[in-house]
Amino acid sequence: MNKDENQIIITVTGKDKVGIVSAVSACLSEHSVNIEDIKQTIMQDNFVMIMLCDIEKMSVSFKEFKDDLVKLGEELKMEIWVQKKEIFDKMHTI
Amino acid sequence: MSYVNQKHIIETIKMIKIHHLDIRTTTLSLSLRDCCSSDVKKTGQKIYDKILKYASNFVSCANEIENEYSIPIVNKRIALTPISLIGESCDNIDYVYLAQIIDKAGQEVGVDFIGGFSALVDKGFTKGDLKFFEQIPEALATTNKLCSSVNLGTSKAGVNMDAVLKTADVIKKTAQLTKDSDSIGAAKFVCFCNAVTDNPFMAGAFCNVNEAECALNIGVSGPGVVSSAIEELDKTADFGEVSNLIKKMAFKITTSGELIGRRLAQKLNIPFGIIDLSLAPTPQEGDSVAEIFKAMGLEQAGAHGTTMALAMLNDAVKKGGIMASSYVGGLSGAFIPVSEDAGMIEAARLNSLTIDKLEAMTSVCSVGLDMIAIPGDTPNSTIAGIIADEMAIGMINKKTTAVRIIPVIGKTVGQDAHFGGLLGTAPIMSVNKFSSEIFVNRGGRVPAPIHSLNN
Repeated sequence: MNKDENQIIITVTGKDKVGIVSAVSACLSEHSVNIEDIKQTIMQDNFVMIMLCDIEKMSVSFKEFKDDLVKLGEELKMEIWVQKKEIFDKMHTI
Repeated sequence: MSYVNQKHIIETIKMIKIHHLDIRTTTLSLSLRDCCSSDVKKTGQKIYDKILKYASNFVSCANEIENEYSIPIVNKRIALTPISLIGESCDNIDYVYLAQIIDKAGQEVGVDFIGGFSALVDKGFTKGDLKFFEQIPEALATTNKLCSSVNLGTSKAGVNMDAVLKTADVIKKTAQLTKDSDSIGAAKFVCFCNAVTDNPFMAGAFCNVNEAECALNIGVSGPGVVSSAIEELDKTADFGEVSNLIKKMAFKITTSGELIGRRLAQKLNIPFGIIDLSLAPTPQEGDSVAEIFKAMGLEQAGAHGTTMALAMLNDAVKKGGIMASSYVGGLSGAFIPVSEDAGMIEAARLNSLTIDKLEAMTSVCSVGLDMIAIPGDTPNSTIAGIIADEMAIGMINKKTTAVRIIPVIGKTVGQDAHFGGLLGTAPIMSVNKFSSEIFVNRGGRVPAPIHSLNN
């Protein structure tokens, strides 16, 4: 896989509360997923965190990793999306 | 965050989550030209083995890709070489047997539909074609995933009117054999003028003899994305602006399809074929082509102006999509099925949308009369007349047209037919009461139009 295919975007949205970044980061580290960049913002009263990560050294399959993150999202009452970055590059640039 | 615009990330998620952006179909096109033999059992075995060889990991790979990009792939399908051609060399040909074998293989590999139970008879029948036509109804009534199609005319050859009449019989007989489930068999059968060879959409997908050994074709969807974008436009925005906006949305929809298609083809280690620049609705709320007409300013689909709205939509979808893909093909354009589109169903119930208006719309849409339920007692000659009109539009305008019409046995105008799933629900529409009997029984072939002589 080339570098692009190893890059993923994690989008976390929901009501702001203590511990979101820490819980998500812990899950990433547990699966050996490296955070390359992170940005948080408030959009229409919603907390939005977007993370750029690299899954080259990820210790489990993509599906297992995504399932774990989505489950974590349910526990945190946040919505978590995990997508390969390519989709955004292709869709919005000519 | 310079690597990717946050706004784009949120917009993409919104398109998928709220506006139902999806990949309508990934269709594995598979040639069966090496499956002919003189014995039908042997041919059946070869077909079965070949489908399993090429498609056994198709669905699991598609599911993986779907997960990685979080874009739903609604259907996984297979398109085969027209079976009338493959079965014809058998001394003991039994097309129903082949249909059942193909259905079993489709079940085994877990695809949603398997197409290619087809014949190309635009210029005439072979002996094998005649036998094939006879067996279509039973084949459709005794299978689940099988889809069947026939090509009855082309702009080059004219229209085989004998085949038009036989097709009307096939539709009626199939409807009768499946009358316990609202004649659903007829929903899995379509007849074409100018059928395309790489169409990924059912019921008409097949892999024609000019196609490669195998390829992956993609059909995208996203009418909800287009209608919501137009709704946000000012009501006074002119047609140039509306058209530009549709082009932009079509570009985004198509690039996602191109990416998913290329990645899946790579995973399956087969060539990427084409992307069909389509807007395909589903019965789900907010996933409707009719909603786009409303967003443009028509009170209902079918109101005067709908044909223009569709013409502009169809054209803008192609213009936007063409830049997003290296190989475009299939039917490419907006689909206007009735039962598969919540807004079209509503318009038909309100009598805003009639079969005559739909016929006019087919002169500017991607295909033709699609998923229309009519009374079960409609005479075969009237069905043949409906098909003939549609073939005429295709032949003269050098475009693909089609008819997928369901005479719902035991039901009439005022009642609904329920097909379930993507096929949806259709209010039964009335047809012209006057007879076409003598006309359609003339037989023979309508000669090709003068503009076919373009060499």
